[in-house]
Amino acid sequence: MEHRSSFGFLVDLAHPMTSPLQQKIKITGPVVVTANRVGDGAVVYWRADGGWTTNLGEAAITADAGVARALASAAIADDLHAVGAYIAPVKLTREGEVRPGNLRELIRQSGPTIDLPVTFGI
Amino acid sequence: MPLVKGGNIVDDRYVRALDDAPVPDGVPVLVPAARLLADADQLVARKAPIGVIWPNNRKVAELAPWLDRLSVVALVFPTFRDGRAYSQARLLRERYGYRGELRATGEVLRDQFQFLLRAGFDAFEVKKPADAQVFKQAAARFSVFYQPSADGGVPVQRRRLQTATAERAREAV
Amino acid sequence: MTTAPVVKTVLESECKRMYLYDDFDRTLVTERVAEFRDQVARRLSGELTEDEFKPLRLMNGVYLQLHAYMLRTSIPYGTLSSEQLRMLAHVARRYDRGYGHFTTRQNIQYHWIKLEELPDAMADLASVGMHGLQTSGNCVRNLTTDQWAGVAPDELEDPRVWAELIRQHVTLHPEFSFLPRKFKIAVGASAHDRAALAIHDLALRLHRNASGETGFEVMVGGGLGRTPFLAKTIKPFLATRDVLSYVEAILRTYNEFGRRDNIYKARIKILVHELGAEAFAKEVEAEWRNFKDGALALDPAALAEIASRFTYPAYARLDDNPPALAQARRADRDFDVWMGNSVADHKIPGYAIVTLSLKPEGGTPGDATAEQMDAIADLADRYSFSEIRVGHEQNLVLPHVAQRDLPEVWRALDAIGVATPNVNLITDIISCPGLDYCSLANTRSITIAQELTRRFRNLDVARDLGRLHVNISGCINACGHHHVGHIGILGVEKNGEEFFQITLGGKADEDAKLGALVGPAVPYDQVADVVEDIAAAYVELRARPDELFVDTVKRTGIEPFRERVYATR
Repeated sequence: MEHRSSFGFLVDLAHPMTSPLQQKIKITGPVVVTANRVGDGAVVYWRADGGWTTNLGEAAITADAGVARALASAAIADDLHAVGAYIAPVKLTREGEVRPGNLRELIRQSGPTIDLPVTFGI
Repeated sequence: MPLVKGGNIVDDRYVRALDDAPVPDGVPVLVPAARLLADADQLVARKAPIGVIWPNNRKVAELAPWLDRLSVVALVFPTFRDGRAYSQARLLRERYGYRGELRATGEVLRDQFQFLLRAGFDAFEVKKPADAQVFKQAAARFSVFYQPSADGGVPVQRRRLQTATAERAREAV
Repeated sequence: MTTAPVVKTVLESECKRMYLYDDFDRTLVTERVAEFRDQVARRLSGELTEDEFKPLRLMNGVYLQLHAYMLRTSIPYGTLSSEQLRMLAHVARRYDRGYGHFTTRQNIQYHWIKLEELPDAMADLASVGMHGLQTSGNCVRNLTTDQWAGVAPDELEDPRVWAELIRQHVTLHPEFSFLPRKFKIAVGASAHDRAALAIHDLALRLHRNASGETGFEVMVGGGLGRTPFLAKTIKPFLATRDVLSYVEAILRTYNEFGRRDNIYKARIKILVHELGAEAFAKEVEAEWRNFKDGALALDPAALAEIASRFTYPAYARLDDNPPALAQARRADRDFDVWMGNSVADHKIPGYAIVTLSLKPEGGTPGDATAEQMDAIADLADRYSFSEIRVGHEQNLVLPHVAQRDLPEVWRALDAIGVATPNVNLITDIISCPGLDYCSLANTRSITIAQELTRRFRNLDVARDLGRLHVNISGCINACGHHHVGHIGILGVEKNGEEFFQITLGGKADEDAKLGALVGPAVPYDQVADVVEDIAAAYVELRARPDELFVDTVKRTGIEPFRERVYATR
């Protein structure tokens, strides 16, 4: 079962557990590689010079499938520092700033779309 | 892959005869299930010990007729997440009274040692040498078990009753 | 013959825990923390890969979610002492972002936990006998029952004694820690099922047979998710003495035959469906006969020992329905409304069961802040013999409140923000965390719930709609139990956008049913409108004002609702 998201991203939904490398990635726009940091679970992005950053702006971006796969491969191999690496879409603004490419990535970057519970005065 | 028995890394005396070639004489041999069942009478008549590698998707009841002549039963964990061999182990020990070596093979990792012991395994082809080194510690991780088990560990309920009985005995004095 | 739990009268101050953990239980939990601390160290040093570490952390209830790790802490059969609730508040404050989420399986989840700090958090929890053992992974999960266990007037006996017996037996069970898939067990003891038995892998319903003996109806193969099934009875009457051996026979049959080739076909519901309930029952019986009279046959002494460690409050002799209470209701309309909604009858005269709504307008269903938890713990100490319950509807319960204390309790609960009189109404929404937190989700669910609480904020409107369970799941894994909601809402992804399928007529009680699809999925911004249309349709179609929504759906079928919802869509 395949699904094409609105970002031209072809994802094999029948096997969501497969690694990003096994997904048929058809890249029609810019992507980054993202994962969660091992120590604290924070969202991180793979950098062009290797290693991870929590800042999306410092992530390695590519629109080339081969490059994306190579980046993902290297990121996945860094099991010591981050877990669950996969290829995620991004958007580039006219000014060249990078933004998350879908709602999931937006939530990962900025947090839940709700106010976290807070109690005052009891 | 180191073999651990009695908490120590030991040499594996057994040779695996996995193909159709004649089984070597005079050495302990492990054969696959199909081979054992096909040539059972010959194999158990050997002077040297014979053991079987039993797959995890076959009932151990089939093995029952030969258990008292097998020195080793090797059960299989294709991945450590596949827990069928735990059931097989308990049945072999508790229902069929198997007393020979019960060996865990396949993906055998340190974090399953205590489960394996309690299920009745007493030999382990450990995947990682580092895990084999720490077998004794890893196997002693837990001292409290809720369930009665194949290795004779005393379950909590019995210990509680023993404690309660002992307390009453003390109070009675 | 079953021994009824021994009612021990103890001083209120001694009633700190409902199940008295002894040294054995404490040792087990402490050893478990030590083991996990070592496993975390080996993960951080790289000695363990994620592939090796993942099943280990899952067995302790540690998930990786969108933003952080998530810790699921077990609350066996939903029962908490005030001391334990305070510890949950402490963990929220010290290791998380000041709040926790109560789940549809009577557990609590923390969404911002760091792996590095987990061993310490677990050590803190262990100090009050709590843990995340087996809240995840392919093992037996939390034993659940109904949140009124032990105090409901209609129950045969306290199901928690049996839940505890089974819980111990399946905890770190050497044979059943690597099952084909997760395994959820529920125990009930009343004709009216408040524990959602039908959607469990294994459900045990205590009842009396024609000869007056107490035993279990054994039901197997319930479960929601991609292929929902309701559980089927494989043994109408199991003697209580045989419960552990029979459960073991079921688990062994599942361990042996459950599919391991496809995780979407690995639950026992698929095995029961593929074999047929009768053939499955035969396999279980054949296995069971080999050992039913062995070590697992229940020893009355052992059962009495477990039962004796359930302490019950030293209830006072109080008048039922004291006149002062009726007066208080007349004097204050809001109190009267809350009484009518959130307070239920207790089996002891003069007492009441109080439900605390964790569904305020605009809030996240099931969330409570650390401040709220501490305040509720204090109230439990003062008014409920230090005991709190967690329901699968994601509300809390104070199970032993004296009726004469109800006015004070209400004011105190209101001050904490947990007295919205919407229990069982349309705004008492059951929802998974959804895409705001969960890496499995397709869509958000909390924001849908929040919008619905705003649309139906008028309590008169909500009361007029009556008992109406809305269940929201952000993906097909159905953690919000949408299949059995009166209105079920399921998030699906369509062209990268959030869409929602709506089902009607599901039920989670003794008359369990799976809901039926109303029509094509609707986009995010139409969901609240659709629910309003459904509510309006119900008001129009109901035979009488007190015909329940779910009964109207049953009577009229889906079609009239479908027409109205999709007329303009």
